[in-house]
Amino acid sequence: MKLTPVGSSGASTGSLKSYTIGFILSIVLTAIAFGVVMSGNLSRSTVMFTIVGAAIAQILVHLHYFLHLNTSSEARLNVLGLVFTILIMLLFVGGSLWIMYNLNYRLM
Amino acid sequence: MTSEASNIEAVHSGAFEEDHSVTNQALGFWLYLMSDLVIFSAIFATYAVLVNNTAGGPSAKDLFHLPYVFAETMLLLFSSATCGMAILALQSGKRNLVLAWFAVTFLLGLGFIVMEIHEFRSLILEGHGPEHSGFLSAFFTLVGTHGAHVTCGLIWMAVMMGQVIIKGLTIPVQSRLTRLSMFWHFLDIVWVAVFTIVYLMGVL
Repeated sequence: MKLTPVGSSGASTGSLKSYTIGFILSIVLTAIAFGVVMSGNLSRSTVMFTIVGAAIAQILVHLHYFLHLNTSSEARLNVLGLVFTILIMLLFVGGSLWIMYNLNYRLM
Repeated sequence: MTSEASNIEAVHSGAFEEDHSVTNQALGFWLYLMSDLVIFSAIFATYAVLVNNTAGGPSAKDLFHLPYVFAETMLLLFSSATCGMAILALQSGKRNLVLAWFAVTFLLGLGFIVMEIHEFRSLILEGHGPEHSGFLSAFFTLVGTHGAHVTCGLIWMAVMMGQVIIKGLTIPVQSRLTRLSMFWHFLDIVWVAVFTIVYLMGVL
């Protein structure tokens, strides 16, 4: 029986290079996010797009460089689990906000 | 039979077996992390719904100090990096280096928790406790749940440092350290969402 050795993505295949790249990228993305908010001279929508973009980028950086999640077959089940979880989260958060916004609108 | 016992058996029954049990445990732990992510998304949804319900009290804009949050973020980010260094030391089998890096990670994580408790304490002392408004309840629940996870991670780390000292870098200990590092990196990912949605969007 051939079973794919899943889960070797669990922080066990890192190298000094991958951790360093991930760390530097995370610092830069965090500094950008705090910087645009604290500078206070940009339009609200610009700041919003920047911090959401920086957060998504940083989460991807963490997943790739710290948790070593990739598209290889060893990490396939991990990625599948993550994708399914993201689907659940979108339904959860999106659905809650949609319903509550609607209620708020109709009851005010 | 406990997993401990089956792990020790795996050590004795050859490379294939031990690799198998370790990777299966890592996948199982990954699935736990994913279910934890669902819990956090529920709390995030609650926070997003309640964020404007300040009941005449202070809003996010009045309460949060970004330089303080930036310092907390840096502590957690550095601890994630040192945790990675510990895993690299683990791969090269350097026991003392593993202990040293986990000790640094522990102190950075402890610094984060101390800063968070201090923030909570000063909020409550100023009369902005979780009972004051829907917004504050949701804030304390969300940030507090993350803090509780970090605290559990610290306890786990202390236990694992003890195991490294007493048992050495056996296969079961290595496997647990790997899962601990997954947990720690996962908490940093959740914190990225927390500081973006709660603090940065809060003061915007």
